[in-house]
Amino acid sequence: MKTSMIKSAGLMLALAAGVALSGCASAPKTLYGWEGYQPQVYQHLKGESPDQQIAVLEKDLQTMSAKGKSAPPGFHAHLGMLYSIAGKPDQVVAQFEDEKKLFPESATYMDFLLAKMNKGVN
Amino acid sequence: MLNRILKLAVCVLPAALIVGCATPKAPYDYTAFKAAKPRSIVVLPPLNNSPEVNAGNSFYAQVTYPLAEAGYYVLPVALVGETFKQNGLTSAADIHAVDAKKLNEIFGADAAMYVTITNYGASYNVLNSVVLVTANARLVDLKTGNLLWTGTASASNNEGGNSGGGGLVGALVAAAVKQIIASTTDASHPVAGVASARLLSAGMPNGMLYGPRSENYLKP
Repeated sequence: MKTSMIKSAGLMLALAAGVALSGCASAPKTLYGWEGYQPQVYQHLKGESPDQQIAVLEKDLQTMSAKGKSAPPGFHAHLGMLYSIAGKPDQVVAQFEDEKKLFPESATYMDFLLAKMNKGVN
Repeated sequence: MLNRILKLAVCVLPAALIVGCATPKAPYDYTAFKAAKPRSIVVLPPLNNSPEVNAGNSFYAQVTYPLAEAGYYVLPVALVGETFKQNGLTSAADIHAVDAKKLNEIFGADAAMYVTITNYGASYNVLNSVVLVTANARLVDLKTGNLLWTGTASASNNEGGNSGGGGLVGALVAAAVKQIIASTTDASHPVAGVASARLLSAGMPNGMLYGPRSENYLKP
């Protein structure tokens, strides 16, 4: 009885130590993989042409998936907008749909943009 | 020389007082914020009251990180700006005057963040030029028009002086700085990133509350 209690206490200690160790080892955790999102938004706001930004963001998506990180809010929508400026309407829709899938909170705005696109095409 | 230092102190002190001392004295009343439980935030293009033309873009590009990591959905800032432009609204002042219900209708966001930049850039009237960025923000519920939260923050590239300044800059801020493109030649831009992180990160004294996508959401 007593020994089993001591054993279980020892096990709990070991578990606690494990948790503490794994907690320390990991770098500051972020909810998302950010990569170059904000710097690329800045490039766009400053009026730079979209091609370079598209290339960076496409590469960032690969990096994120390799790291098992999710794209931050707005990333796919922003990339969609860049595709639109670059004249690639099919890829715009795919990105807006990705944004909606990852963040249902974006649905109203994404649907607003998609409806406007359709009106423009017809 | 002494005169110059005094002038600097007079300039910097009020900012330090606002940021530093407001905190412990009066805790922010979060009643309205907690009742509204916003999930998504549309940040409007910042109102720029500094003489630096680029300040709005610089700050606007860096508001997503702190709010998204706080656990909110943040609408794509550049696209939001584009939507206003296409509707004939190019000045931040005009955009800030748009009706809350209209914003909710188009963007589907629960709340809007209204940012005003009061300082952005270097002052050269001292020995070594100091870059200072100061901004304030208001979070407004788009369904009711109620004010949910308001805050002010500053950052400068002269913090900590010769001692390295590690203590002043927290882990959150350090993480935000890492976001900044290494080749930037604009010295004010990274400082604006620090100011944005201080202003909009959750868990700061009297700061934003955590949002539903954070594991700290609704924790005391």
